[in-house]
Amino acid sequence: MRVQFVLQEVWTGLRRNLTMTVALIVVVAISLSLLGTGLLFVKQIATDLRRSPQVEHVYYESQAQAYQHFKQDFSRDPAFTNLVTKAEIPDSFQVKLYNTQADYSAVAGAVQGRPGVDQVVDDASILSKFYALLDGARNAVVIIAVILIIAAVLLVANTIRLSAFNRRRETSIMRLVGASNFYVQLPFLVEGILAGLAGWLIAAGLLIAVKTLGLDSLQQYFPYNVQLSEADLIEVIILAMVIGVLLCGATSFLTLRRYLRA
Amino acid sequence: MCQTGQEPGKARQHGRLVPQARESPHLPNACDGPVIHFDNVTKTYPSQNRPALESVTLDVEKGEFVFLVGPSGSGKSTFLRLILREERPTEGRIHVAGKDLARLNNWKVPYLRRRIGCVFQDFRLLPNKNVYGNVAFALQVIGKPRRFIRKVVPEVIDLVGLEGKHERMPDELSGGEQQRVAVARAFVNRPMILLADEPTGNIDPATSIGIMKVLDRINRTGTTVVMATHDAAIVDSMRKRVIELEYGKVVRDQSRGVYGQAY
Repeated sequence: MRVQFVLQEVWTGLRRNLTMTVALIVVVAISLSLLGTGLLFVKQIATDLRRSPQVEHVYYESQAQAYQHFKQDFSRDPAFTNLVTKAEIPDSFQVKLYNTQADYSAVAGAVQGRPGVDQVVDDASILSKFYALLDGARNAVVIIAVILIIAAVLLVANTIRLSAFNRRRETSIMRLVGASNFYVQLPFLVEGILAGLAGWLIAAGLLIAVKTLGLDSLQQYFPYNVQLSEADLIEVIILAMVIGVLLCGATSFLTLRRYLRA
Repeated sequence: MCQTGQEPGKARQHGRLVPQARESPHLPNACDGPVIHFDNVTKTYPSQNRPALESVTLDVEKGEFVFLVGPSGSGKSTFLRLILREERPTEGRIHVAGKDLARLNNWKVPYLRRRIGCVFQDFRLLPNKNVYGNVAFALQVIGKPRRFIRKVVPEVIDLVGLEGKHERMPDELSGGEQQRVAVARAFVNRPMILLADEPTGNIDPATSIGIMKVLDRINRTGTTVVMATHDAAIVDSMRKRVIELEYGKVVRDQSRGVYGQAY
């Protein structure tokens, strides 16, 4: 009936316009992926800052464990690891603070100089370089994402325009015969949104890969757990879908109003 | 459509009651008054100096058959486009089915067009649909249910004389047959008015007679027909009302008229 008719028209449109639609899907996928990656980076930094307690946790690492970890971390450089004997790797307490910035000096001062305490090391100094890197990466990614989103918007507009041109015979007869504007525009709108959703699916896959293969593998450099939860990932993915669908839908609608006036 | 002594919502065809789906209530069923009313209408296209139509005032009553004649550029197509609300007049008022087109909202225009069927010189069929599909398209796009379409479309295909040719594609049909499909599509929604813009322009004289017979049959069901044409032979043979346009002005309006006058 009506739904079937609209779906038929959508299918016809997709078939006739396949090349452009594929291009559209690819660009949407890439731009949503980049946007999502940027968001993931932002969340990663935020998570870490959020999870800085004052002495939330103390983890004792014995010499044997420390030596194991040391060999793992530098497993790619056996020449270096062979130089260092177990005796040279000290026992250590890994201290996790509630408020690193404020309390570090207090806690460090309290602990430093105590018998048996050789050194108090502030991981933040090591990690600050990492955060600077992450910040820079996030900025770069977001800028590229914005540029790509502009490209995606233009591509959606062009694809819809081309699709409308390909179907101008059907469209003109539809208007002549008295189809309401909504009915005439609906198949193209659905086409645009479907392409957007397809692009989003690809982007979602890529974002999952970024999180599991990329960010999570960086956990080994952190003494405590700053892994982004699944909820974070799902949040970013859903946000990407909303942006993607809104983008494609709104652009399609506005383009159609210009090229398919009654 | 208004016919006295009928149940509302139903119409008679070939003596059988054919239930019609409720049409949108946006336009009233004008049972009295002319179906088309032009009141001092002038239309000038933006790029031209001379108006395409100038001070045209006329009425077309329900059930009339009107020929619109005149040389190329005399304003025949403009006249039809104004009825369809594809153009708006520069001056004057137009009433179709009792409704003032100037006051019609843009979103109501589709509902006006459902009451008007249109046939063109170039047929304007969809090349990738067969006869049935082309006619059914007109009903599908306005959201009619499939059951209704399956019942009504074969009837109208038979009415135009294409029994048994439902499955043929347009490129397998002769010009005359293609035009019959176009007429079927224009008529399938039982419009109040059928507009025809040079329907026999691409068809040989012998086949044209067949097309005119179909239009005449449709006119007899109560549909108002307005046909723009160059075809003198047809106009002369049918002796219907003739409106002659010249440079956008009505120079002759004759019931039972002929194509040209001896000057």
